[in-house]
Amino acid sequence: MVEIKKTVPKMGTKSEAGMKKLANRLKELEDQLVVCIRCGMCQSVCPLFEQTRREADVARGKLALLDGLGKNLFTDPDGVDERLNKCLLCGSCAANCPSGVNVVEIFIKARAILAEFKGLSPMKKLIFRKMLANPSTFDNLTEWAGKFQGIFTKDEKNAQGTSCARLVAPLISPLINDRHILPMAAKPLHKTTPMINTAPGRSGLKAAIFTGCIIDKIFPAIGHDLIDIFKYHGVGTYIPQGEGCCGIPALASGDMATFEKLVEYHIKLFDQEQFDYLITACATCTSTIKKLWPSIYEGKSSGIREKIGRLSEKTLDINQFLVNKVSFSNDTQGIKSENFNQNNVRKTRVTYHDPCHLKKSLGVISEPRDVIRASGKELVEMEGSDKCCGMGGSFNLYHYGISSKIGNLKQKNIADTGCDTVATGCPACMVQISDMLAKEHLDIKVRHPIQLYADFLREQKLI
Amino acid sequence: MQGVIDELQKIVGRENLLTRKEDMVTYSYDAAVLDSVVPSAAVMPETSEELGEIVKVCSRQRVPLTVRGSGTNLSGGTIPSSTSGVVLLTGKLNKILEINEADMYAVVQPGVVTATLAAAVEKKGLFYPPDPGSQAVSTIGGNVAENAGGLRGLKYGVTKDYVMGISFFDAMGEHVKSGSRTVKCATGYNLAGMMVGSEGTLGVMDEIILKLIPLPKARKSMVAVYKTIEKASETVAAIIANRIVPATLEILDNFTIRAVEAYSRAGLPVDAGALLLIEVDGHPGQVEDEGRDVEELCRKLGADSIKVASDDTEREKIWSARRSALSALAKLKPTLVLEDATVPRSQIPAMVRALQEIAVKYKIEIGTFGHAGDGNLHPTILTDKRNKEEWHRVESAIEEIFDKALALGGTLSGEHGTGLAKAPFLEKETGISSILFSRRLRKAMDPYGILNPGKVTGVI
Repeated sequence: MVEIKKTVPKMGTKSEAGMKKLANRLKELEDQLVVCIRCGMCQSVCPLFEQTRREADVARGKLALLDGLGKNLFTDPDGVDERLNKCLLCGSCAANCPSGVNVVEIFIKARAILAEFKGLSPMKKLIFRKMLANPSTFDNLTEWAGKFQGIFTKDEKNAQGTSCARLVAPLISPLINDRHILPMAAKPLHKTTPMINTAPGRSGLKAAIFTGCIIDKIFPAIGHDLIDIFKYHGVGTYIPQGEGCCGIPALASGDMATFEKLVEYHIKLFDQEQFDYLITACATCTSTIKKLWPSIYEGKSSGIREKIGRLSEKTLDINQFLVNKVSFSNDTQGIKSENFNQNNVRKTRVTYHDPCHLKKSLGVISEPRDVIRASGKELVEMEGSDKCCGMGGSFNLYHYGISSKIGNLKQKNIADTGCDTVATGCPACMVQISDMLAKEHLDIKVRHPIQLYADFLREQKLI
Repeated sequence: MQGVIDELQKIVGRENLLTRKEDMVTYSYDAAVLDSVVPSAAVMPETSEELGEIVKVCSRQRVPLTVRGSGTNLSGGTIPSSTSGVVLLTGKLNKILEINEADMYAVVQPGVVTATLAAAVEKKGLFYPPDPGSQAVSTIGGNVAENAGGLRGLKYGVTKDYVMGISFFDAMGEHVKSGSRTVKCATGYNLAGMMVGSEGTLGVMDEIILKLIPLPKARKSMVAVYKTIEKASETVAAIIANRIVPATLEILDNFTIRAVEAYSRAGLPVDAGALLLIEVDGHPGQVEDEGRDVEELCRKLGADSIKVASDDTEREKIWSARRSALSALAKLKPTLVLEDATVPRSQIPAMVRALQEIAVKYKIEIGTFGHAGDGNLHPTILTDKRNKEEWHRVESAIEEIFDKALALGGTLSGEHGTGLAKAPFLEKETGISSILFSRRLRKAMDPYGILNPGKVTGVI
């Protein structure tokens, strides 16, 4: 296990001198903060503000607070820190900001500065620095936890495949709350498929796959489908052994050290092989690697910034890759071609939820819909398909009540379509939506678009 | 102050009363470029009854009260009056109480968002035309208090043209009802009319009755490209002179065109001196005729080219260029001052020339776009408030813009309100006796001076 060295000495206490130091650090953000013209348009799209109607919950308010902290307006940082952390980081505000404030980047940098000032909680230190930062330890621990989960939870045998806390586990149920959780897979992807390295086939392309924690541990089936789809389309596949977390949970908690360690670790890991694209089926991993790795990483290791730049340029969402890159000019079975024999396919209706990290951070809107249609499904748009589901990673842990209220709006919009399946391109959204649908005892399945596509290829006996 | 806070908490409960400094800082500003003032408490009533009780407490305790919707005010009307003041948030008074299709009106609480109401009535084939630029977040209460306008002012008027009745709490917390659900109403003073544009200084509204009209059946949008802004503004005057009233008639100057193009890559002609964006609406036959007449006029007055939108996608493209004007300009510099000095529409060419001269004289960047058809331009000054020397030049330029607008027979503000920003200049427009009259009126209605003191008429 590699110990993480803190890159910057702790700034100190909440003394007046300490607060001044903190204010100075926040001045680094000044040029980004002044971009906000306080027009307040973020109020129209913030899912949290819609629930609470409080200015401190919306971007304009939080930016004003950071500005105030930088101007020594407060005697301690706790109130600002608390409000800053009450945010889904969904980026709805940034995507709709008239003056282009890079809200997510500012918030993440500010969280890092505040975490450095205040220090991480012992629990977060344990989770991020001892577990998440070390992919093999994290794998072992989650596997171990997976073996015992059945004791504490019971299978609900519903469309979503969730479990809820067993009555026999009063000790753990307060932690789980009344969540309907998706159990960890019996065999995570990295166990059944520790490593793949195949040459390009008829597509002429080679793609590395960044699996991501949730797919590896909860939805390995998505990973298997992805591998099968690549095999069918003749895409050379590379999955190196020992992939870990993209770093977003650490980053969201301001733990720059763990984030940077994970970035460096993966840059080295993927440097071992040549490939055309880095593909993920997780919207959050894609947006983290593509946008946050280059903009947030500040480490000094030689040449690593260039490597991050190159890798993030190659990074694509799976739907985008299948629709735009896997070209089939001589291939009648291309994903967008109309030549699939769809006569014998029962056209089931599927609705689609836009993950914030696909639509708002990356502008990926049409491609997942193309994949759903190419899978022989009838796409039915729901009301507010791009409204956040309320997951927001650790937001769901700390603010489960509000997270559920936001998720419940999504659940209603899904149910209103009358579809028996909702698809979405982010496994974190899948977890949240499953919880919300299970609570309402709705018989609606939650799938990733590429699961629909893989099913279709199987029905067609193509894989 | 603690006594006031305790009383307020009794009314709305712990959940709806904020006093922590971290929350107060977030209610210390609005969208105007002015200094912020941190209040003592913010209170969020959920019912009319609670609203009335809050006003009573502030009245009894002589605490200044500033009502805030979404805080998008561009003249500082929602900046708290003092550090001992209370901010009243209308965010949870956001219900549409009634949409009456037979009698074509709606009754709403003040916190209803403008775009939400517009969408709700449109579903029923009705139309609420006022569409201020901030309509996606602005509230009806704020629109009424500021007499907000929008792109459709030329043909459809502004907020005041749609207010049929208002009920409000006066400065003592007594409930006052004015206007009615009828088209005509001639009883008592026109108190509803007085409340429009009063900027929270005469009473606290709890219900507003709004007139609705039938949704126009057809519309046609076009964009005309001009070599010079003079030619474009002459066309504006000519369209009106020819007795054609488009629903919208907007202008973008070269500076704004280039900013929008750099921002959106929509394929705008960056060499053009100005663009006119025009929409006519109404009965299909009328739209056909007026569309053709406008097109002819544009050509006759020197438009290089005219593009008529053939479908909704093309229409959307035209208006998204206009909608992104402010965003595109905002991205150029940290501070953006959006002015709205307005002139009689025949004076648009003169005002446009004056703005160009002012930009040169004070060596500042001004992008001009706006509602040319109703004389309401938005000269938008781009600066960085941290640069003190430049900021002084900006302030001088703003004053000269005011002077010019008044000299041309115009007004300091077409739709943003007086608030704090324009209160010191009001005398130039109205003369001292109008201000003194307003102050006496205000004093009579608000003897303790608790309703948004310092706004509109200055300190009372």
